[in-house]
Order: sequence, then C-alpha cells, then structure tokens
Amino acid sequence: MSISTSPAEWGKGVRSMLRDSMDAHFWKNQLSGPTDPAQDAAWPDPPPRKGFFTDTSICIGCKACEVACKEWNQLPMDNIGMTGNSYDNTGHLGANTWRHVAFVEQSAEHIAQARVAGARLVELGMPRVRDAAVGSPDAGLPRADAGLPRATAMNSSRAVPSGLPLDGPGTRAALPSESSERDTPTNGLDPGRVALTRPGEEDASAMQWAAEQALAEGTVPDFRWLIASDVCKHCTHAGCLDVCPTGALFRTEFGTVVVQDEVCNGCGYCVAACPFGVIDKRKDPTTTGAARQVEIGIANKCTLCYDRISLDAKPACAQACPTTSIQFGDLDEMRERARERVEALHANGFTEARLYGANPNDGVGGTGSVFLLLDEPEVYGLPPDPIVTTHDLPDIFRKAGLAGLTMLAGAAVSFLGRGNS
Amino acid sequence: MSDAEEQRAAGNTNGPVPQPDTDAGESGAVTATAAAPVRRRRRRRDDIMVPDAAFDSYYGRSVVKPAPWDYKIPTYLYSGGLAAGSALVAAGAEMTGRTLLQRNARLTALGALGVSTVALVADLGRPSRFVNMLRVMKLTSPMSIGSWILAGFGAFTGVAAASEVAKFVIKPHSAINRYLPIVDRGASIGAGFFSAPLAAYTAVLLSNTATPTWHGIYRELPFAFVGSGMAAAGGAAMVTTTTRQTAPARRMALGGAALELTAFRLLEHNAGLVGEPLRQGKAGQLLGASTALSLTGIGLTVLAGRWRPAAVLAGLAFNGASATLRFGVFHAGIESAKDPKYTVVPQKERIAAREAQAALSWSSNASTPGALRPPTSQSPQELA
Repeated sequence: MSISTSPAEWGKGVRSMLRDSMDAHFWKNQLSGPTDPAQDAAWPDPPPRKGFFTDTSICIGCKACEVACKEWNQLPMDNIGMTGNSYDNTGHLGANTWRHVAFVEQSAEHIAQARVAGARLVELGMPRVRDAAVGSPDAGLPRADAGLPRATAMNSSRAVPSGLPLDGPGTRAALPSESSERDTPTNGLDPGRVALTRPGEEDASAMQWAAEQALAEGTVPDFRWLIASDVCKHCTHAGCLDVCPTGALFRTEFGTVVVQDEVCNGCGYCVAACPFGVIDKRKDPTTTGAARQVEIGIANKCTLCYDRISLDAKPACAQACPTTSIQFGDLDEMRERARERVEALHANGFTEARLYGANPNDGVGGTGSVFLLLDEPEVYGLPPDPIVTTHDLPDIFRKAGLAGLTMLAGAAVSFLGRGNS
Repeated sequence: MSDAEEQRAAGNTNGPVPQPDTDAGESGAVTATAAAPVRRRRRRRDDIMVPDAAFDSYYGRSVVKPAPWDYKIPTYLYSGGLAAGSALVAAGAEMTGRTLLQRNARLTALGALGVSTVALVADLGRPSRFVNMLRVMKLTSPMSIGSWILAGFGAFTGVAAASEVAKFVIKPHSAINRYLPIVDRGASIGAGFFSAPLAAYTAVLLSNTATPTWHGIYRELPFAFVGSGMAAAGGAAMVTTTTRQTAPARRMALGGAALELTAFRLLEHNAGLVGEPLRQGKAGQLLGASTALSLTGIGLTVLAGRWRPAAVLAGLAFNGASATLRFGVFHAGIESAKDPKYTVVPQKERIAAREAQAALSWSSNASTPGALRPPTSQSPQELA
C-alpha cells in the first residue's frame, strides 16, 4: 500500500473511506459473509485472490508436501516417533507443521455411510457445495444444478487425473440398468471415464439407493484409505487476523493471511481464535538446527508461500505434489475445478465426495483453501461447521457493555446507600 | 487397525467414551447431547469391531487448539478485576470523604494493576515486544482494546497513587496542597471511567475465541466477571480498612458476590454441552470452591461485617472466590478445547438444526441450508 503524501491525495483517500463507510455492504461483510478480503484490507488494486484446491480423492499420502514445506520454510524438527495413528506420525498442523497429511483407515461400513451421507447432501441441495443456487422459485424444490458448470466429458478429462476409478464396484456405473439409461453419448471414449450429466432429483435418491444397495450386496470395497493433506485455510474472515493485537498478522494482496515474525510478540491469542486449530505458538526454545531463532516464542503458520507466489512461483507443497492433489491458482478457478471434480465423482456414484470451504456463505466467508473430502469433515479432524469467533463479537461487546454499566451502577448504589459504618 | 485404535478414531479419549458393547453406553451421556449425527448411529452388523460413537474425530485429537496460556492469565484476570473494582471503591471514597478507604483502595488498585501487568507481559512469547500491543488499535481484537484500557487505567491509577504518596511527603503548609484535591478528583474520575471496561473486557478476551466453553458462555460471563471484581475489591477494602469506613465496600462486596453467583448459575444452566467442563475435574473443583467461598463471604459479612476479624475473613473469602472463579473458568476452557467433542457435537447440531429449518422453508424458498444468511443476489457464477 502506498502512502499518499500530498494534501489533495489525503483528501481523496478520506473521501473514498467515507464513501466506503456509507456503503452498508462494506460494514455488513467485515465480520462475516462473502467479501473480497484483499479489497477490505484496503489494497488499492489487488490481484485475483489466490488459493489451494486439495483434492483428497487423488492423494497418495507420499508426504512430499510436508517435506517440501519444511525445507522451503526452514521449519524446525518435530518430535520424531510413532503415534500409532496409521501412517500419520506428524499428528496435527502447528507452529512447525504447515502441511499435515492425515491418514484414516475405514471399513466397508464407513464407505457406505459416507456415500449415503454425501448423496443426502445432493438431495438437500448440497449445502456445502451449491452456495446460493439452492432454492428453485418455480418448483418449490431445491434445484441443485442452477447455473453451475456441468461436468462434461471435456471438463472432466480437462480437470485432473482420476485416482478414484470412476466405475468401481458399488458405483452407479456398475449397475448396468441404471447407467445405460442415463449415460450421455460417449463419443467413443471409455464409458467409465465419461462423467454423466448433472444428477437431478431422482438421481439423488437413485444414488442413495445405489449406495444402500451396494452395502447390502457387499459390493462396496471392504477397505479404504482416507488421505488428506491439511493446510491453513486462509479464511475470508480469519479469526487469527481479527484478534491479533499487534498487527503482526496481516492480509496480503493475494487475500492470504501471513504472520510478520519480527512484529509478533507471542501473545497466543490467534491460537485460541482459529476455528480450525491451525496456527500455533512455537514454544520449544531447545529446538535448534534450521530454526531461525527469531521465530521462537511467536505464532507460526502457513504463509501460502508469500515469498514464492509474489514471484509467480507455486507454493512449495503444490510444486512438490506428484498427483496434482494439491493445486494452486486463482481461488475462483480452484472453486470451479473443485465443483467440476465433485460433480464428476457424484455422477459416477462416488457420492461420498463433498466440498469443504467452497461456500462463501459459510461461517468464515469461505476459505482460501478448498478441499474435496470423501467423508464428514470431523473424520479428518476438521470442524464440520466453523464460525469465526468475531461473527459474534458485536453481541459479545454488547453484553460486556451492559455488565460494565451494571458494575458502575452497583458501585454508585453502594456509596449512595445510607449508613456510614 | 487394532480395536483400541479404532475406538480412538471413532470416539474421543478424554471425555466419557461410549462403551463399545452396550446400548446404554452408546445412547447415554453423548446421545443426550448429540441429536444431530443420528445417521452415524444406525445399527451395525455384529462383526464390525468399531464401536458406534455419536461423533467422529481424528484419533481423538482436538479440532481447535487450546490457548497457549498458563496460570499467569487467570492471575491477570483476577488481579485486573481487583484493580478495577478497587479503583471504583477509591473513587467512591474520594467523593464521599472517606480518606482512609480512598488511600487503601488506591494502593490496592495500583498493586493489583502491577501484578496483572507483570503477569500479562510475562505470558508473552516475547515479553520484550510487549510494546507492540500499542502499535495498532483494533476493535476486533479484545486484547488490543484491553491493552489500551490497561494503559489508560494505569495512567490514572498511577496519578491517584502518587497523590496518596504526596500527602505523606509534602509539608502541610506547601502551596501544592491547594491543587491536590483537583488532582484527586481527576484521578478518581479517570480511573473510574476505565475501571468498568477493564473488569468487563476480560470476559470478552476469553469469549472471543474458538474455545468452545469460553465462547459458549459469552452472554453471562461478563456479568460473572464484573461481579467477581466488585466482590474482590469490596473484600480487599474490608481487609485493609477499618470497619468504620467500609460500609459501602461491604455493600459492594455483597452485591458483587450476589451478581457473580447468579450470573454463574445462569451461565452453567444455559451452556448446554459446553458447560460440562465447568463441572468436571480441576475446573469443577475450583468453581465449587468459588461458590463455597462466596457464600462464606456473604454469610460472614451479613452476620458480623462490622466486627473487624470477621470482616477480614470475609474479605479474604471474597478474594479467594474471585480468584478460583477465574482459574476455574480458565481451566474449563482449556479442557473444552482439548476434547474434540465440545467442538464437533455442537457444530453438528447446528448443521442439523439448519437443515431441518431449510427443509421446512423450502416451500417458501426462504433460506439456504449451510449458510448463515439468505442467499445474496449474486449469481453462482459471480460467487464462483
């Protein structure tokens, strides 16, 4: 941000600030709701907001992202040891871990449950995928596909290589009568690779039926890995940034959230305020090696490789990912790719797929890191319905104000009361 | 994965884990509070080893991180409340001519402020950078606001205490004596002005976090905290000052303790699942002790408040109650952050409630499931 020097420029700045403050939308969306965070942070002409799309359906759990992140950002060593939690010996995101790969082992029962639950999300208008496109004014029923990009053969092949086979056992493609009715023309491509048209109402119940049927018949795979690379969400309304008392956390021109390590005084408030448990205070002063001494005792988290993306390079994790499970780019495009991918998976019966963080109407105004998950968020250690704490701040202050007035009144009454002894 | 691991993966390890093999365990403590994830509890085949849990977690790990704070923060909360209340006692005493009460309360306020500031600075990861708190003023950060409140309060309390010291040092016939009353009044008003925000904001500090218990009790907590601060300050005056001048302090302590007890009962009652940590473990013991001490203080004050030994005991009880309240609420919050149950279950309930509401209102096309607000006029393409 440039600092205006001439009085005329100052006047212009003040006028534009006043205009902004007149705009009700501006204030309304400061604590919650869809907004452009870089513009709200007064960046004059910000570039498009950047973000991640982490597609867990094609993550192979190689942890290259973890290693690349540690190397590039010179993060100190964590405890070395076995956790006993599948292949996850990292544990959780924290001051020294900015990418964390989660491993969950699940049985057929879980897969079927996830599939049924995901299909139900479609039936309900897929709240976490569909954004505002839910209500259908004419039908009085949710219209799940209003205006959203349809998964087509071209789109799905353009998107990403598919790790999940699109015609595995227990999917709709495996039910001949179902798929032959609904398949679009394949244009000579492998039918299993062709995404179907966007499923409507009947398809949703058909999917649910297919998932239940598959479980009953025992055609669901008897085991699956859930592998997901977690990272800072770079929220539209970032709790850590909101509560930081020193201004050490700031919003970059890319709409991401970064800690300035030479400003942070380690108060730890951001740690308690993050609804995802991402940011943490680097505590251990005995950790040496690659640790830069300046960063001990202060808050640390993913910067979305601010240094790299400022020079048009990919973040280290996205660069290192061998399966394109981690994709980086303009957030709009990331959200679109995520939608296309989830639709392709759903159309082929993998109704367990669902998006996380792609809804700008959610409790944090949508995240800069969008995820495609294959089960409920809490299975991966993610909060199912996070709301940034400052969403309630006006009411919190109101209650505290009333309490303060109560105190003053109480003190006044105590001294005005009769009786000197 | 072994049985034990599966169990950890499926449920939580800290709280009451639903027993794997009994329906009672399954539908007991957790089910009562977890209406949302019904479909997770559908009947399973007998050969599946995973115990049914009311919610899933990632190996029982916490979702949110507990605040990286230790005993220094609740110490700060207590001494901050004591300082704020004492400044009010001092201001009242100054305006009603109770010079002894005024002096003692002012010195108490300064001492408590010193303790709270030291505790706050010592808790920082980089204490030498404390002054960075004053490089911004941020309405969304209660800690930023609190730092400025503390700075303002500190300035006036410092002046007030200096004025008390001046009364010892300055010779009786000095010309400065003429101006002391003006300084006194100014310091009283200033410290009084900052005292209520200082006592109340500490509740905001805890509530404006993702820590389930602290956030869940934000409506009542500031009342409990200001009551606690008043009781502590009134109590401190009863300890330090002769009963001839402490009638208002006794009234303030009684009123404060009553407010604290009432607000806390209400808070426990309204908190639901996230109120559970307030009743368990160390927090439960501390908060139980707080209630007992408050009642002791009230009893002693009402029965024998004008008898100095009883007044001293009552004052100590009020301060004990205030301190244990802060430590108890602090520990309850830390525990609630460590257990994923308190994060996940209320959020699942929130989703279920929203879905139910959306299902009802679809016919009228009024709301969006999964959204906190109705859909904007933007088209999906614009949002995408």
